[in-house]
Amino acid sequence: MKTNLSAAPARFSSSNIGGISVIKARVTVTLKNGVLDPQGKAIEGALGSLGFAGVGQVRQGKVFDLELDGADKAKAEADLKAMCEKLLANTVIENYSIALD
Amino acid sequence: MKSAVVQLPGLNRDRDMIAALTKISGKAPITVWQTETDIADDVDLIVIPGGFSYGDYLRCGAIAARMPIMQAIKDKAEKGVKVLGVCNGFQILVEAGMLPGALMRNSSLKFVCKEVKLEVVNAETDFTRAYEKGQVIRCPVAHHDGNYFVDSETLAGMEDRGEVVFRYADGTNPNGSMNDIAGVMNSRGNVLGMMPHPENLIEMAHGGSDGRGIFASALDVIAATA
Repeated sequence: MKTNLSAAPARFSSSNIGGISVIKARVTVTLKNGVLDPQGKAIEGALGSLGFAGVGQVRQGKVFDLELDGADKAKAEADLKAMCEKLLANTVIENYSIALD
Repeated sequence: MKSAVVQLPGLNRDRDMIAALTKISGKAPITVWQTETDIADDVDLIVIPGGFSYGDYLRCGAIAARMPIMQAIKDKAEKGVKVLGVCNGFQILVEAGMLPGALMRNSSLKFVCKEVKLEVVNAETDFTRAYEKGQVIRCPVAHHDGNYFVDSETLAGMEDRGEVVFRYADGTNPNGSMNDIAGVMNSRGNVLGMMPHPENLIEMAHGGSDGRGIFASALDVIAATA
């Protein structure tokens, strides 16, 4: 992984201060279709018992908010894809999507 | 036989594993820390024990599987060195891509700590030849994420090739794993991962010694080829 997240500047020092640009990204990881999701099922049951009718299916997942140094969105996207493939998602069971701010 | 036990922050069954290996092989294993990049050439068996490496953050075994020691273990496995992963060690092996599939949250959503029955599905592996095919043994389990999942095509191939080594027997599947899978092996036959803890049932003080055969099998095979 080329991007050193721990070196990312603090929030207040982002894009317009000191000429440092930061790209904010959100990575969403969800279970693939066909993979059993016992946690989603339990949440679905709990929603039903709270009286929320008509909840067909609940699938739970993870969200990662990242700040990356730089202004090159194409590079950031490529780096994020590599991060997902190597660590953030287990592609045996999970899909991921990347959204840049 | 010279064995090595891998240590990572959050693993807590390393001492049990060291005790079992010492008792069965007559020789204490060496320990290898996560940041090491090489394992001694005379090591015949590498064991990744159970626990909660990196607090099970992200996914069980996910962070551990990316530590430097894992590349050394992959290199050794490619040379034919035997590798055993138990519980979190199994989760680390699948996260590292050394075994197929993934280990998901137990279908009950509960941590299970109890004794189960295991069927020895394949008794011709280097880890199971001390048993008979179809033999049912006792073994303790203690995990929250042991629900084995793999795509159906891969699963069919694994079943055909005898790579499903242990199955929960007699209705004791504690986690909802596909095909009651408790332990699987790679195609080459030198990497075994299993959720149950054989190291905790190796002597009468444990209430039985059903787990001993896994270590005794590896010991015999290694002694025969030395």
